[in-house]
Amino acid sequence: MANKAAIGQDALIEKGWWKSHQWLVWRRLSQLSVLALFLLGPWFGVWVIKGNIASSLILDTVPLTDPYLLIQVLLTRHLPETTAVLGAVIVLGFYLLVGGRVYCSWVCPVNMATDFAAWLRRRFGITSAARLSRNTRFWLLGLTLAMALVTGTLAWELINPVTAVYRGLVFGMGLGWTVLLAIFLFDFVIANRGWCGHLCPVGAFYSLIGRVSAVRVSAIRREQCNDCMDCFIVCPEPQVIRPALKGSDETSPVIRDGACTNCGRCVDICSKDVFQFGLRNSGKMNSQVANHQREVLS
Amino acid sequence: MSVKQSGSSRGVTRRQFLAGTVGAACAAGLAGLGLVSYTRQASALPAYAIRPPGALAESDFLGACVRCGLCVRDCPYDTLRLAKPGEDVALGTPYFIAREIPCEMCEDIPCVVACPTGALDHSLTDIDKSRMGLAVVVDQETCIAFRGLRCEVCFNVCPARGKAITLEMQHNARSGKHARFIPIVHSTDCTGCGKCERACILEEAAIKIFPLHLAKGIQGEHYRLGWQEKDKAGQSLVTPDVEHKYNLPEGMGYDYEGQGLIIEEQAAETPYPDDPLETLNRGKDRI
Ligand code: SF4
Ligand code: SF4
Ligand code: SF4
Ligand code: SF4
Repeated sequence: MANKAAIGQDALIEKGWWKSHQWLVWRRLSQLSVLALFLLGPWFGVWVIKGNIASSLILDTVPLTDPYLLIQVLLTRHLPETTAVLGAVIVLGFYLLVGGRVYCSWVCPVNMATDFAAWLRRRFGITSAARLSRNTRFWLLGLTLAMALVTGTLAWELINPVTAVYRGLVFGMGLGWTVLLAIFLFDFVIANRGWCGHLCPVGAFYSLIGRVSAVRVSAIRREQCNDCMDCFIVCPEPQVIRPALKGSDETSPVIRDGACTNCGRCVDICSKDVFQFGLRNSGKMNSQVANHQREVLS
Repeated sequence: MSVKQSGSSRGVTRRQFLAGTVGAACAAGLAGLGLVSYTRQASALPAYAIRPPGALAESDFLGACVRCGLCVRDCPYDTLRLAKPGEDVALGTPYFIAREIPCEMCEDIPCVVACPTGALDHSLTDIDKSRMGLAVVVDQETCIAFRGLRCEVCFNVCPARGKAITLEMQHNARSGKHARFIPIVHSTDCTGCGKCERACILEEAAIKIFPLHLAKGIQGEHYRLGWQEKDKAGQSLVTPDVEHKYNLPEGMGYDYEGQGLIIEEQAAETPYPDDPLETLNRGKDRI
């Protein structure tokens, strides 16, 4: 078992820097280039995409709308224009394909702050942890929807740090940086993976999509696992790994829990290359299906 | 460490699960309570913040607008902005400040066209019909027109010149011999674009755009104005009054609408001629 100071050391030695950081790099590139695309307009007058992550327009033709926001709008009993509905369908389709919480790990800017906080905690061995249930986020998700229904306004948007930060980056920050700082400090000092892993209702919403989305990480070579625990340590949602990695032969090695953000850190960090991106129904699932068929036939 | 067993040994007991769930529910409930009171406060719209053209009524607008800023982006005059954290306006919602950059009332209303949700009502196609707010001459003490000086800047910059703001000529009581040209705003034509507020020559504008609910009074529903009802009906709605007559000596009358007491000419017949000298002369004759 590797000790804490050496997380990822095995992978670094066995696979080299690039192979052990590849998805992390792609992911940061993705987060930053989405942001850059939004900033290209206001900064340089090149309008590839207009708006912000709440709703936007690509090349003045393709609309995108956050489905979570659209649901809240519907709950306030406002019937939106078709543009917004179409935009939400496109976004929903996209995340149904690539994984619900790809929103979190590949787009959301808050993720960079919370990942940084988690990294600092690992570096400095900070283990303070407020006791919070990972389900709190679903209560908060329900709450935000209820608020829309009861107040008839997008009440959650008055404080939603995710859209506030993005809007801040694209339209001018104001005091928005305090929100980001608060989340960072909360994660750094108070609770490990506190915001994204326990509280954020946006992430909770996208994890619901993740329960059925197509692209998933699979512990496809799980028999090679040497229990170094590195994946559990770097994973923002470590509870999702166990059923896939430590399941019996009958169970699928695919990480099906919607909370998995498809960040690919486990793929990078594993020196034994246990994990790999794949489809929800691929890999050992086949043997399961085969077993099932055998049972049915006999 | 046995791989197969580790899954179950880390299981959560029913008790722990319940405690966790209750805790999470309580946290959510508390957050909810806080949020409710915060929403009230945070969604109050200060008077200086004017919504873009076509914005739904404020309570509906706050439910429909997703704060995407597409309206802001498509405004060619950079009129609109999104409320930043720390500002008094509901977070992320679009508004403008008339004194800084007013709405230029684009004929094709790009901001409305850009809105994906319909928070800016797409049925608004004629910008003259928009009602972003209403101009109000808030300070008659500093508006120099009220002091008898010729200004009329607001009147002249108004896109609905001569309709939304008219000038009313009044007597200048201070000098006793001049006129005052007073700007009067008409809600029938004022769109609330804010060009007048922007242009007001004072250091702090005397004419300001207010949201309609602040700018307008609302007449009681039962209220009827007699002359309007009469016009509508084409005739008086009550039995016409018998005209009142003063009991005046013969040859005198009373005009209610101006002249007042009238002494009729013919009644002025008198034994005496107009010229008193003649009377005197006549008297001399008699003697
Ligand atoms: S959990 Fe929330 S804040 Fe964290 S990455 Fe996902 S959407 Fe962003
Ligand atoms: S399981 Fe892997 S891909 Fe999923 S959140 Fe954890 S580290 Fe990221
Ligand atoms: S009508 Fe034109 S100037 Fe006025 S807010 Fe809309 S886009 Fe801007
Ligand atoms: S375009 Fe519509 S939804 Fe977007 S910020 Fe403007 S009013 Fe709100």
